Amino acid sequence: MTLQHYLVISAILFTLGIFAVLTRRNAISILMGIELILNSCNLNFAAFSRFMTPPEDISGQIIAIFGIVLAAAEAAVFLAIILAIYREFGSIRPNEVDTLKG
Amino acid sequence: MEFTLKTFIFYGFAFLTIASALVVVTVRNIVHAAFSLMVTLFGVAGLYVFLQADFLAATQVIVYVGGILVLILFGVMMTSGHLEMRIHIERGQLLLGGVIAVALLMLLLTVIANTPAWKNLTDDGTELPPTTERIGELILNGPFLLPFEVVSVLLLVALIGAALISRKEVRD
Repeated sequence: MTLQHYLVISAILFTLGIFAVLTRRNAISILMGIELILNSCNLNFAAFSRFMTPPEDISGQIIAIFGIVLAAAEAAVFLAIILAIYREFGSIRPNEVDTLKG
Repeated sequence: MEFTLKTFIFYGFAFLTIASALVVVTVRNIVHAAFSLMVTLFGVAGLYVFLQADFLAATQVIVYVGGILVLILFGVMMTSGHLEMRIHIERGQLLLGGVIAVALLMLLLTVIANTPAWKNLTDDGTELPPTTERIGELILNGPFLLPFEVVSVLLLVALIGAALISRKEVRD
């Protein structure tokens, strides 16, 4: 296994996440795409930490752990906002929530 | 690179991760997408094990599969009647998104293949000591103490904010 193996896997995950964010018409599916993107970032941090630094340096893994914490916080706030939007609009399709649209 | 059992398992995990991520972004039923996301997250945890990041792999399983995925399923249950379970996709948007995604993937693969510093970095298979103790030292008694405290305050703020946003509005 080389570094490039991990980078290719992570690039594919990132692209699929971008694709989900661009094409899905449901806020929860968009959240799943964002989770894929964050996972690919964390995988990159861990891979670079393994291959580009000396073995006793694990700072990259710690950054990835912080990334997981941020993803958890983001998911909690995201779903709270989705619940509030659903109560207000009766739908979680992003193109139906257009109160601020000029 | 000789084809050993280890490389076979690695490719298995890589295939599992990518195939289930593909299902997440293409399947039309949102509950199926959520369960497929679980397989993706497990696959990434397996890749962390191959990177000898044992603590990270455990955290991935506990936080993502045990926490975020349950949160997503609750979100699905509380916002979707059975009509909304199916995800609407517009054809033109699908085409445009696909073109952008493929172009982005080509760009990333070109960069990965052509960066000289990233070439020929092979996993030599040496076993590293477990990381949990060193991560604890670095976070609680080392350079990551301040970020750790900041991120715990951020988590508290996010949880209070989430509870405040999602509760029913009380009019007085």
